[in-house]
Amino acid sequence: MDLDFTDDQTALRDTLRTFFGKESSTAAVRAAEPLGFDAALWRKVVDLGLAAIAVPEHLGGGGAGFVELAIAAECLGQSLAPVPLIEAAVANDLLASLSDAGSSSSGARDARLESLTARAVAGELLATLALRPATGDLARLVPAGAVADLVAVLRGDELLLLRQPDRGPATPGGAVHNLGALPLADCPVDTEHALVLARGPAAVRAYRRALSRWELLTGAALFGLGSKALGIGVDYVMQRKAFGVLIGTFQTIQHRLADNAIALDGARLLAYEAAWAQDENLPTADTSATMAFLFAAETAFKTASEVLHFHGGYGYTLEYDIQLYFRRAKAWSLVAGDSRAAYARLAHHVFGTAQAQAPAPAPAPAERAG
Amino acid sequence: MDFREFDELASHREAACAWVEAHVRPEWVEEQRRSGTHQTAELHTLLARDGILAADWAPEYGGSGVDPGFARAVFDELGRRGLACDGWSTTSMVLRTIEHVGTEEQKREYLPAALRGDRLIALGYSEPDSGSDVAAAKTTAVRDGDEWVINGQKMFTSTAQLCSHVFVLARTDPNVPKHKGLSMFLVPTDSAGYDIQPIHTLGGQRTNATFYADVRVPDSARLGGVDGGWGVMHVALVHERSASSPGSDGGSLVRDLAAWARTARRPDGTTVLDDPLAAERIGRMAVDEEVTRLLALRNRWRAQKGDLPGVEGSMWKLFATEAAQRHSSNILDILGPEGVLAPDAAGAPAGGRFEEGFRAAVVGTIYGGTSEILREIIAERHLGLPRNR
Ligand SMILES: Cc1cc2nc3c(=O)[nH]c(=O)nc-3n(C[C@H](O)[C@H](O)[C@H](O)COP(=O)(O)OP(=O)(O)OC[C@H]3O[C@@H](n4cnc5c(N)ncnc54)[C@H](O)[C@@H]3O)c2cc1C
Repeated sequence: MDLDFTDDQTALRDTLRTFFGKESSTAAVRAAEPLGFDAALWRKVVDLGLAAIAVPEHLGGGGAGFVELAIAAECLGQSLAPVPLIEAAVANDLLASLSDAGSSSSGARDARLESLTARAVAGELLATLALRPATGDLARLVPAGAVADLVAVLRGDELLLLRQPDRGPATPGGAVHNLGALPLADCPVDTEHALVLARGPAAVRAYRRALSRWELLTGAALFGLGSKALGIGVDYVMQRKAFGVLIGTFQTIQHRLADNAIALDGARLLAYEAAWAQDENLPTADTSATMAFLFAAETAFKTASEVLHFHGGYGYTLEYDIQLYFRRAKAWSLVAGDSRAAYARLAHHVFGTAQAQAPAPAPAPAERAG
Repeated sequence: MDFREFDELASHREAACAWVEAHVRPEWVEEQRRSGTHQTAELHTLLARDGILAADWAPEYGGSGVDPGFARAVFDELGRRGLACDGWSTTSMVLRTIEHVGTEEQKREYLPAALRGDRLIALGYSEPDSGSDVAAAKTTAVRDGDEWVINGQKMFTSTAQLCSHVFVLARTDPNVPKHKGLSMFLVPTDSAGYDIQPIHTLGGQRTNATFYADVRVPDSARLGGVDGGWGVMHVALVHERSASSPGSDGGSLVRDLAAWARTARRPDGTTVLDDPLAAERIGRMAVDEEVTRLLALRNRWRAQKGDLPGVEGSMWKLFATEAAQRHSSNILDILGPEGVLAPDAAGAPAGGRFEEGFRAAVVGTIYGGTSEILREIIAERHLGLPRNR
């Protein structure tokens, strides 16, 4: 057991915190609205190699893992950075693993896939992932769909890679105005411009795995968002007065902030456990990712909305930053669908079969002596 | 990072299991449940006889040399089978406190006898008028020559019905701020003027009110300095909070419910788990349980590194008990009308464990620091918000 970062991971976190703090001030976040994409910042993120940090070195990536990506996602979340780092990292990882598998197995090398993968990993192309299977010839509300050159999407039992010839970081298109100021767009599934990445169960498996990686990284980002919202809340209640005292002395406010602080610690532990489980290829990796995502989503939203509430009327104005966090806390998770349905699916994954791996037992507090 | 927890007791589990198998009588579990006394005298005698109580103690105070890992594994195994040793838990907290703040004479007087199984000590902190604000205790101890005369009443003196002593928090100076005028005494329960009345609880556990009318104890029964009681209590508290060990698994109601939901059928033939309304709640509980486990894991990680759990221990306790309470209520809802069936009712799901668990979960957020008190601690020490008590 080791719940601490390595020295390298700590250094990465410090670097990225500073980087995103400087490059993605709330002024920059506001300036990037409503599209929610900052092309100059994206260039810098690509130059740092962040979107390919977990891609193996022999494919041009950084050779690190999901713990490092989760660190990046956490820092992105803290600063609401308007760049589709999570989507690109997950899509790059998907392309890299498929391209790697193709070149190492039966010799069914696909030169087109290898070249697109190489260009995505190098940051020349921006790849993303549709979070739901395509219906008919449309992938609906794809995150980063308005700025991506490539979109991975499942249709039936085919995993497709769409090229978007007239969209990309320099030429956004199809963006729809939305709560979270996300570069969401519907993406036409144009088979002429599509590459079949995989078919049958292998396609579904690869897609599921990519989705769970998106979940864990978005969980880490939502944790980052929530922890920053909590910090904003603590600062605010320690300067605003009512009835002659700081509102931070009121017990209702203190207790609600305390509850959020605990939940955020839980969200952090879940996110990094899920990242570690991916890196270790554990059978529980997917359920861990879903847990991290659902819990972080709920916690980030609760924290941001309560902190907004503790701003009183100012919280409702556009001038105060908390609204930026509040909107994204809801939108970042909602693009994956209604969480209650996800909880129900999770129950089946955790407990659906008699052999299902239940989480290891925790000490039962109610059994302690009073 | 590595979230895998190495079971440091793995090498002792088999022997511990064999010990329990050889000595524990299954009816003790039912007996504890029925009587509400979460301590079994016969079991305690055996634990003492085989040196298990005395495993982690220096030989000059009665230490047995038994491997402490084996002893912990035995207690884990007892817990797993639903056998509590509450009386020993409070006793060993007090013994550790004696070890830290007691005089040499006190160590020789209390430690060997307790490790032989001849002493059990209950905690006498709470009173009718003070629990959370424990420093507001009104029980008094007044010096009379070489003796102290104790008067007052304690509430919730759990397991005192089996105890030889109560560890009593008493006011020795009424004229100073409340924290500064307290002292701690080890009061024998066979003292003249001591009395005990049972208190029965919603979860079935029996606790007590204890009464002190001109109870006389020698000055050697005072633990720590005169008016130094608040500091002594804090030493004891540290030993309480570090109690969360990896194996102390009381069994998870959520896992039991999930097992039930997988096979139990609704009238239309579908399983309960197929019902999305039930599944959603079960999924939510699974996430809460994992958060609880991780917060506890973090405490153990800190302990392994030699840090005191501090505010993180409070975070775990608050989250765990609040979640357990939500779950026990949701579980009954999912069971539907049969959820009301008690352990002795025919056809009660899981033998009534859920109904009983629902009643028992209530106390988690009350004793060992109420949720509100823990939120105060977290707001103040973790978030740096102003203290308001
Ligand atoms: C089964 C059981 C076993 C126990 N065993 C023992 C034992 O062995 N020895 C022992 O000494 N005690 C024992 N206790 C007592 C236990 O520690 C107290 O019940 C607990 O500390 C709460 O104190 P109280 O009951 O006086 O409630 P109170 O302190 O009166 O609290 C009542 C309510 O007010 C809230 N409250 C209090 N202060 C604040 C505040 N500052 N801000 C906001 N809200 C506040 C509380 O959270 C609670 O909800 C036991 C209790 C039970 C139920």
